Amino acid sequence: MSEIPTRASAVVIGAGIVGNSLVHHLALLGWRDIVLVDKGPLPNPGGSTGHASNFIFPIEYSRLMYDLTRDSTEQYKALGVFTESGGFEVARTEARMQELRRRVTKCKAWGIPAELVTPEEVRKRVPYLEPSVILGGAYYPTVGVVDSLRAGTLMRERAQASGALTVVSGAEVLDIATEAERVTGIVTTKGEIATGNVVICCGVWSSKVAALAGARLALTPVVHQMISVGPIGLFAGTTGEISYPIVRDVDEGMYERQHGGDMEVGSYMHRPIIVPPETIPANEEAVLSPTELPFTADDFDPQLAASLDLMPELLGDEKAGIRYAINGLISMTPDGYPLLGETPEVKGLWTASASWIKEGPGCGRAVAELMSGKVPSVDVHEADVARFYPSSRTTGFARARAAEAFNKMYGIVHPAEQYESLRPLRTGPLYGRTRDLGAVCYETARWERPHWYATNERLLEKYAGRLMDRPAEWDSRWWSPVINAEHLALRDGAGLVDLSAFTILDVTGPGALAGLQRLAVAQLDVPVGRSVYTPFLNEAGRFVADLTIMRLGAGSFRVVTGAADGGRDAKWISDRLPDNARLADVSSAWATIGLWGPRSADILDAVNRDGDSRPPDTFGMTGLFELGGAVVLGSRISYVGEYGWELHVPAEQAGYLWDLLLDAGGPHGLVPVGIGVYGTTARLEKGYRAFGAELTPEYDPVEAGMTRPRVKAEAFIGKEAYLAARTAPPAALLCTLTVDSHACADGTPRYMLGGEPVLTLDGARLVDAYGRPSCVTSAGSGPSVSRHLLMAYLPAGLAEPGTPLLVEYLGEQYPVTVASRGAVFDPSGSRMR
Amino acid sequence: MDILVCVKRVPTVGGVITLTADQRAIDTRASGFTISPHEECAVEEAVRLAERFGGSVTVVTLGSTAAEEQLRACLALGASAAVLIETADGVETGPIATAAALASVAAIGFDLVLLGNEASDTGDYQVGIRLAHLLGRPVATGIKSISVAGDESSLAASRVYRGTLETYPLPLPCVVTVKEGINLPRYPSLPGRLRAKRASVRRVPLDVPAAVRDVVMTRLRVPDAPAKQATVLGHGPDAVPALVAVLGEIGVLP
Repeated sequence: MSEIPTRASAVVIGAGIVGNSLVHHLALLGWRDIVLVDKGPLPNPGGSTGHASNFIFPIEYSRLMYDLTRDSTEQYKALGVFTESGGFEVARTEARMQELRRRVTKCKAWGIPAELVTPEEVRKRVPYLEPSVILGGAYYPTVGVVDSLRAGTLMRERAQASGALTVVSGAEVLDIATEAERVTGIVTTKGEIATGNVVICCGVWSSKVAALAGARLALTPVVHQMISVGPIGLFAGTTGEISYPIVRDVDEGMYERQHGGDMEVGSYMHRPIIVPPETIPANEEAVLSPTELPFTADDFDPQLAASLDLMPELLGDEKAGIRYAINGLISMTPDGYPLLGETPEVKGLWTASASWIKEGPGCGRAVAELMSGKVPSVDVHEADVARFYPSSRTTGFARARAAEAFNKMYGIVHPAEQYESLRPLRTGPLYGRTRDLGAVCYETARWERPHWYATNERLLEKYAGRLMDRPAEWDSRWWSPVINAEHLALRDGAGLVDLSAFTILDVTGPGALAGLQRLAVAQLDVPVGRSVYTPFLNEAGRFVADLTIMRLGAGSFRVVTGAADGGRDAKWISDRLPDNARLADVSSAWATIGLWGPRSADILDAVNRDGDSRPPDTFGMTGLFELGGAVVLGSRISYVGEYGWELHVPAEQAGYLWDLLLDAGGPHGLVPVGIGVYGTTARLEKGYRAFGAELTPEYDPVEAGMTRPRVKAEAFIGKEAYLAARTAPPAALLCTLTVDSHACADGTPRYMLGGEPVLTLDGARLVDAYGRPSCVTSAGSGPSVSRHLLMAYLPAGLAEPGTPLLVEYLGEQYPVTVASRGAVFDPSGSRMR
Repeated sequence: MDILVCVKRVPTVGGVITLTADQRAIDTRASGFTISPHEECAVEEAVRLAERFGGSVTVVTLGSTAAEEQLRACLALGASAAVLIETADGVETGPIATAAALASVAAIGFDLVLLGNEASDTGDYQVGIRLAHLLGRPVATGIKSISVAGDESSLAASRVYRGTLETYPLPLPCVVTVKEGINLPRYPSLPGRLRAKRASVRRVPLDVPAAVRDVVMTRLRVPDAPAKQATVLGHGPDAVPALVAVLGEIGVLP
């Protein structure tokens, strides 16, 4: 037994696939004196890795999950623990056939081999599958299985062999010591270790361990039931672990996967079973392992029947028994993504948790890179643990969303799918008013944001013929033609937009300017009263944020960013501010109302009462002015391409101002306008980029078409890379494309929703010099230009207006044309000035 | 032949057992439930006999409605009928009451009544004998082999006791308690599990004379874990001589 070290550069808690991968990558990155701690025995300490079904389907809609899976698969292959088996997803319904077409199209975007197949073609490779049960399938030849325990052991042993790692098993972590919100060490049953870095890779126990340091993780253990049936006569003659393709019976939420002489059958369709982490048995108490809980057969019985339908002879063999059956524990987060990075609460407290086997090594690598101050080789910003605000880090929320999402694991989930549990939670001061107007709210970071207003249905008649209605149910799900009517009404008269969900961060102090200058590409040393729109870049010169900063005073800046990004942005800023500047999140204190449209000046005039002052009129200016007897911080900027203001008001006065404007604006054609216009239609017509869609750590400002004429003299993060990018020819350029024909094979017009691959005229996949595929980053109506608009990065040679291309949507190809690298509506911007 | 198998719902436990606060039960919050290993063998033996000679296998248990889970597990293994003698939640019956209740079901229609030698939780070793006594039938206990005569009028029950094979001829009807090792129980098949799901479980109320004076368990105690017996002989090649010596001592090496 080795002695437990008293000091470590980092203590990694949890020797599952993620913890093992993490210590391996830390060692590769030059870390020494790493300690890996687990309460269980090695090589299988009893976490979810130990009972995983260990198969990998490469297809994911999310770029993050696709990339993590790809990276992880490459790592498994390099370790020699990957076996290719091929895999099918089979469809029992027409809706699923469309979904499989969508998935195969996504495979084309990523460059994953995939094809649609007939039931008979499935049976050729899976002779025990009953073809009459299915309508067809999708075949993914590169699906495979891994030995995750072996992979973890190999990675751990390599780190040990390099002298970088000490492994301590059988040591439970009792406490994580902190001082002034910074990690100082851990206390285990085998002793204490002083360290500045603790990484929680504890899978289903992660939230419990994080709580020791005062941090909360939005993660909950849930049950995934699995049985193993054998001996299967057909498998008796096969060698190795797997000889037949894995079948995902997605309509039944199940998979069937050969494992030696047995068939493993797993399900995501049983009732959601949430398990509080404090009730997970200790290793010694567990019958099998702590995460292999007793099987509750009643929950699984309906799944048995479904699997028998699909594989009647093989699974119906009376001689094959259910030899193993578990309620296996896995981790779920509210958005289905892992939790990676440093926690927002405690410096030096990191996590790499809520990862599946297929993402584990990628998660380990990414967090090791983050801990080393490097830009991660896979863009993991969507998995940043800081993305969840405190309101989203509650146990109740994690459980409610896990319960709601569990049965959607293999579900047909729309890109705009809305979740229902525990809503509404975050409502701005205008919520009651917008609800009375029939607001249909979508949720962002638990905020309710009106996407359109039912009371605007009256506009449908007025704008009939210009609404670009979508006859296909899938295209129109979570969409309404009212959005396009609101769009036209805003361009004709004016729109009032509830933007209360903005994250508003005040950065103040003598060091505020210097601190923010180091982050922003744009010059922030501007006169008080200027609004500056700027990206933040990482060290590689790629986007990490995109926001507006108002200079309110010499040492006072107000940062306005999106609700979805505010958590990450706040941490990015506060981590990098000097000691003499501080950041305060004042989002709850301020509401934002957008007033835009050609009549917005008239509306302000109408509201103006005796004693009021004039709003800032020069574009880009910000200032306090008096309106209707209230004080308003007005900013002459626009994200919709129209004249008008972003009006920031103290939350308690927002209702007053909203009423005032809506009443006075009626005669000028003012209507309430939802985020459907603000975030999509008006934005796309103007070619404005959105963080997370067009602006991601995959691209730089040159490629995004966001270079400024001059580069400021002051240093900022990413400046060297930015300067280099300005002088080199870009590999890709962001373009807006118009769809030339919407007719699908049966003549129904179809409307892309985003994420689709852009193809050459002969249907070939487009990839730039860095291997980045051209995909639709945003899609939506352009009602003022009567075109469906798509944005996409195209290889530089094709990024010329007029270039004809194709876009594939649900398995069919549609002609598109590059329209612009800027705005397709009012390209000169005259309407805004 | 028609066989009745008596089973009991017991918790599955890991290496360490935790007790409830009143120390009168095992904490089963994280446990699953099963039947005792001896009983699994009794069910298997009954199913094999029925497969060979025809007839039926009925399983019976005393317990709350939760015990239906165990009855259905037995049905999935091939039992053809199930009876739940229903007790109120949390009521534990002692061996006298249990045997009396089982006797009411076992009295009519069964050629053979099989039990596990003892339950894996309470280990009373009494119910089979008491049941046979109430039924006025012969009983053999601790049995590891059953051989039924071709005319189904008798069986030979065998066990090894202190190195000696004992065989008892018993006329049918009779009672036999079996021990693990008599057979290797099968796993439930998928069709078996689905049949069990659809099968009906006959429920009968528990009818015990009020005056039964039964043994009552008052308190459980989990003994301290024994001290670890492992001795580190050494590391790497240096450990080989010590290892060889130990293997020689215990007779593994000549």
